[in-house]
Amino acid sequence: MTRTRVAANVLGVAAAIVLIFPVYWMVLTAVKPGTELMTYTPHFGTLHPTLASFRRAVAAPHFADALRNSVLVAFGTMLIALVLALLAAVAIARFRWYGRRAFVFVILVVQMVPMSALIIPLYLMLNSIGAVNRLSGVVLTYLAFVLPFSIWTLRGFVAGVPAELEEAAMVDGCTRLRAFFTIVLPLVFPGLVATSIYALIQSWNEYIMAYVLLSDQQKETLPVWLVSFVSAHGVDYGALMAGATMMALPVVVFFAIIQRHVASGLTAGAVKG
Amino acid sequence: MTTDTDTPVGLDREAPPPVRPRRRSRLAPRTVGYLLIAPTVVVLAVVQGYPLVKLALLSVQDLSQRELFSGLPAPFVGLRNYATILGDPDFYLVVARTVVFTVANVALTLVLATALALVMRAASRWCRLLLTVVLVCVWAMPQVVSTLVFNWLFDYEFGVVNWLIGRLPGVDFNGHDWYANAVSGFGVITLIVVWGAIPFVAITLYAGLSQVPRELTEAAVVDGASGRQIFVRITYPILRPIYTIVTVLSVIWDFQVFNQVWVARGGRPEPEYQTLGVYSFVRAFGVNEYSLGAAIAVVTVLLLLIFTVFYIRQSLRTGEAD
Repeated sequence: MTRTRVAANVLGVAAAIVLIFPVYWMVLTAVKPGTELMTYTPHFGTLHPTLASFRRAVAAPHFADALRNSVLVAFGTMLIALVLALLAAVAIARFRWYGRRAFVFVILVVQMVPMSALIIPLYLMLNSIGAVNRLSGVVLTYLAFVLPFSIWTLRGFVAGVPAELEEAAMVDGCTRLRAFFTIVLPLVFPGLVATSIYALIQSWNEYIMAYVLLSDQQKETLPVWLVSFVSAHGVDYGALMAGATMMALPVVVFFAIIQRHVASGLTAGAVKG
Repeated sequence: MTTDTDTPVGLDREAPPPVRPRRRSRLAPRTVGYLLIAPTVVVLAVVQGYPLVKLALLSVQDLSQRELFSGLPAPFVGLRNYATILGDPDFYLVVARTVVFTVANVALTLVLATALALVMRAASRWCRLLLTVVLVCVWAMPQVVSTLVFNWLFDYEFGVVNWLIGRLPGVDFNGHDWYANAVSGFGVITLIVVWGAIPFVAITLYAGLSQVPRELTEAAVVDGASGRQIFVRITYPILRPIYTIVTVLSVIWDFQVFNQVWVARGGRPEPEYQTLGVYSFVRAFGVNEYSLGAAIAVVTVLLLLIFTVFYIRQSLRTGEAD
C-alpha cells in the first residue's frame, strides 16, 4: 500500500509540474527583463523580475478602453443575470404553476445549444436594430449563456432554505416580501456569490461574440484586445504575456472561490438534459 | 425573529384567525410564479428562441450583403443551401476533420483525466491538495489566454518546446514551425484543448471515485484482482453515469471548437485548419454568405443532437444490462 502511495505521489507531482508549466511560463515571461525574453537558450527563472512588460502592455493603444469595456460588460451581465436568475429561481423553488417542469427542462436543454450556432442570427438581429458596436448588445447576448446556469444553481440554494422558516415569519406578521428579504436572501447569499462570479468570469473571458459584435477599436473587450495585440505588435511576447497575466489573474482568484458549484452545476444540467 | 419589540405586532396579527396570511400565499402562487419568470422568459426568447428560429429560416433563404444593408427580405430558396453544402467535397473534409479532432481530443481528455483522478485517489493528502490547486488554476485560464500562451511555448524561434526537444541527441528543432503542417498544428491545438479540458473531467471523476466504497476495491485486492481488473469490473461500472455526462459534454465542446483554432491561427485559419465551427463562421462573416453559414451551423447542431441522443440511449441501455 505504501509503495503505491509513493508512486502516486511521484506521478502526482510530475503531472502537477507539467500542467502548471504553461501558467508558470506566462507569468515568468511577463516579469522577465527584456534581456532574458528572446533568447535562444531559455531562462527557466529570473533573478531580475521587472514590471517593464506590464508597463508596455498598459501603454499599448486602447488598453484602458478594453479594460473599461470588459469591466462594464462583465458587471452589467452579472447584475442583470443575478436579478433575473434570483426571481426565476424563487419561482421554480417556491411556487407551483403550470409549465414549471417544462420551464426547468428548457433551462437545462438551452445550456446545450452551441454558441457558434447562434452567432450568425444574433449578429443579424442586433444589426437590424442597430445594436451592433454597442456594449449593451453584447451584454444581452451574454445573458443567453449565463442565465440558464445561474437559474439552475440558485434554484438549488433557494430550495435548500426550508419554506417553514418563511412561513413562520409570515405567521409572525412579516409580509411575504419582508420574509424573503430578511430570511431567504441572507441564506442564499453564498449562491448569489457563486452565480455572480460565474457570470463575471463567463462574460470577462468570452471572445467570438465580442469580436463579431464590436468592430470599433474603442469598443473592444480585453480578449479581443489581447488577440489583436498579437497581430498588431508581432512578437512582443513580454507585453503579450503581461496582458495575458492581467486578464487571467482575477479569473483564477475568483474561480477558486466557486469551483465546486461549477462542477456540480454543469453535471446536474447534463443529467437532466 | 421574535424580538421584544416585534412581539406585540405579532400578537396583534394573531388575533384574527391565522388563515389570513396563509390565504394570501395560497391565492398568489401561480400569478407570482409567472411574474417572477417573465423577465427571464423574455430574455431567453429574444436571445435563444428567436435566434434558433432565425437560424433555421436563414438556412432556407439566400441572405447576402445586399439584403443585409438594404433591409429587403431575403429570397426563399428551399433546400438549395443544403444542396450546395452537401455537394461540396470540402464540406466532407471539414466534417471528417472535425470528427477525428473530436474523437482524439475526447479520448485523450478522458484517459488523462481518469489517470489523474486515480493518482489523486491513491496519493497522499498534500499531493492531492497540490493537484487540486493546479487543476483549478488551469481550469480558470481563459481560452484566449491559454491559446496565446501555447503559441508562445511553441514559437518557432524562441519557443521553449523547440529548445527542449532540441536537447535530445541528434535532433535539431531550431526554427521548427509547428503550424506549417496541419497535422502537427492540430497536435498543438489538441494539447491546448485537452490541457484546458482535463481539470473539469478530472475533478468530476475524482469526486465520483471518492463515492466508490474502499471495501469493494480492498476485497477485490484480497481476491487477487489486478489493478486493471478492479478498474474495469468495479470502478468503471459505478462511475458509468459520470462518464456518460463528461463524454457528452466533452464531445459537445470539442465538436464546436472555435476559439483555440481561431486564435492559434491569428484570426486567419487556413482552409486545412477549418473545423465545422470555424468553417461556418468563415462562410458567414468572411465571405458574407450568411445563409450558407447558417445551413452549416444547422447541420452541426443536428449532428451533435443525433450523437447525444444516440449515445445517452446506448449508455442507458448498457447500464440496464449490467
